[in-house]
Amino acid sequence: MATHSQSYALPSDLPLDSGQALSGVEIAYETYGELAADKSNAILICHALTGDQYVASTHPITGKPGWWERMVGPGLPIDTDRFHVICANVIGSCMGSTGPASDGPDGKPYGMRFPVITIRDMVRAAVALLDGLGIDRLHAVVGGSMGGMQALSLAANWPERAERVLAIATTARHSAQNIAFHEVGRQAIMADPNWQAGDYYAGGNSPDDGLAVARMAAHITYLSEEGLTEKFGRRLQDRDSKTFGFDADFQVESYLRYQGSGFTRRFDANSYLYITRAMDYFDIAEEHGGPGNGTLADAFAGTTARFCVVSFDSDWLYPTAESRHVVHALNAAGAPVSFVELSAPFGHDSFLLDVPALDRVVKGFLDG
Amino acid sequence: MVEAPAETLRPDLAVIAAHVPPGVRVLDVGCGDGALMAVLRDSKQVDARGIEIDPMLVERCVARGLSVVQGDADRDLTFYPDGAFDVAILSQTLQTAARPDHMMRELLRVGRRAFVSFPNFAYWRMRWALVSKGRMPVTRHLPVSWYETENIHHVTVKDFEQLASDLGVTIENRWFFTDEREVSAGGANWRAEYALFEVSAG
Repeated sequence: MATHSQSYALPSDLPLDSGQALSGVEIAYETYGELAADKSNAILICHALTGDQYVASTHPITGKPGWWERMVGPGLPIDTDRFHVICANVIGSCMGSTGPASDGPDGKPYGMRFPVITIRDMVRAAVALLDGLGIDRLHAVVGGSMGGMQALSLAANWPERAERVLAIATTARHSAQNIAFHEVGRQAIMADPNWQAGDYYAGGNSPDDGLAVARMAAHITYLSEEGLTEKFGRRLQDRDSKTFGFDADFQVESYLRYQGSGFTRRFDANSYLYITRAMDYFDIAEEHGGPGNGTLADAFAGTTARFCVVSFDSDWLYPTAESRHVVHALNAAGAPVSFVELSAPFGHDSFLLDVPALDRVVKGFLDG
Repeated sequence: MVEAPAETLRPDLAVIAAHVPPGVRVLDVGCGDGALMAVLRDSKQVDARGIEIDPMLVERCVARGLSVVQGDADRDLTFYPDGAFDVAILSQTLQTAARPDHMMRELLRVGRRAFVSFPNFAYWRMRWALVSKGRMPVTRHLPVSWYETENIHHVTVKDFEQLASDLGVTIENRWFFTDEREVSAGGANWRAEYALFEVSAG
């Protein structure tokens, strides 16, 4: 698939929810399919925590296929023969958009001097990109997991910018359990002596061990117990018996270690801190009415978009109850909304995997 | 837009489609595969929303571009504001409700009017099956055994009229059907296989 890797420099400072502003912001993005002359066929795909703009093109570091190649492409549910698909790396990340590893105004990497950002800040940057591309109104904004949070945030905060909002395996607020798992990951990174309070870019050593542990813990939350049991059970890794030691005796241990170490080759530890923080701060209702006062329905009061919310029965990270909470708020706001809980065995990661029913829902919603 | 011919609809749905005013807001509770919603949208520019419990059917609705929420009418109607819809539709679902009386109240809370259809358990074939065989009836229209049926609150035409009276609900219109054809109102509690009522609050 032909792609057009590009970078957009924001023409002005990006105001942030913290009250600070970020100057010199770059947004790296990929596009697929032709933009119609009237610019009416654009779909913005928002990526998840450790995702990137390479939604349907080969990842430049890992050489692996795009993270949603099964969904995005010619003749696929998000059909690039019909739609102009835009996928931008979120700010705070590390695949070309401005983040903690980028140089600050003094020419040195931000590190922990990078301001704490929110999901809404990420979307504000994406909207600035759309402004730069001259796209006033999206055919749809689409995202799974943290991408779904961005889709909902765009609908709540820039209600005129999207005709359709497709939010998959996501939530309108991070729960205590969600925050708790993220805190484990952050503490693992910060406990790594190579982290050096985030100022590790100049030296040769980055906090890979801590980042790998963070990824291992998080990865468990993306899978279902059923999936783990089926894939690994209690099977041993390349051995006939337990070693009575602390090697990766079990296949599941070996798998997690592989996932952890592979992750460190493509992801920046500080980005992981900042993006998980943004997710933990996420609470759309709170943004609209102050702590404890806002209701989610208020947040969507101004919307004219059509919504489609999808959950998976084996997702315990953002369980169906969270999607229903969003749907009930949209009902109360009078918004046209579809919701379906799909059955799939893969846990939270179901949205990335082979679930034919998801393909049909995505295609039907985007075509309708 | 292709206008789906109304005659492809089940007779009670065709009657509803004919009587819903153009351009109104409709909630179809238990909307199935969205056949009625699609007709209302395409031929009457109705803003139609649906609730359906079966995820496979919801998926088909979404694929038709309809706004349908997978949910349980017993539980999820409460999340819609008062008067959010001009018309609420409950076709062949009342008898599956945990509390049909509560559901009637909810229908006329979220909608100004409601169309409600249900199988008439006093239809003569039902009575005959019960009287002659002493067994719970299994008929063409209610083809499932007592232990697996979703119809937990069997109701007759007279029962429904009494419920409407008890709830202070006004019956605006009524239609009766047997063998997928409309039949006259005379002796409907004997002769009608199923019934459709249009009701309004107060």
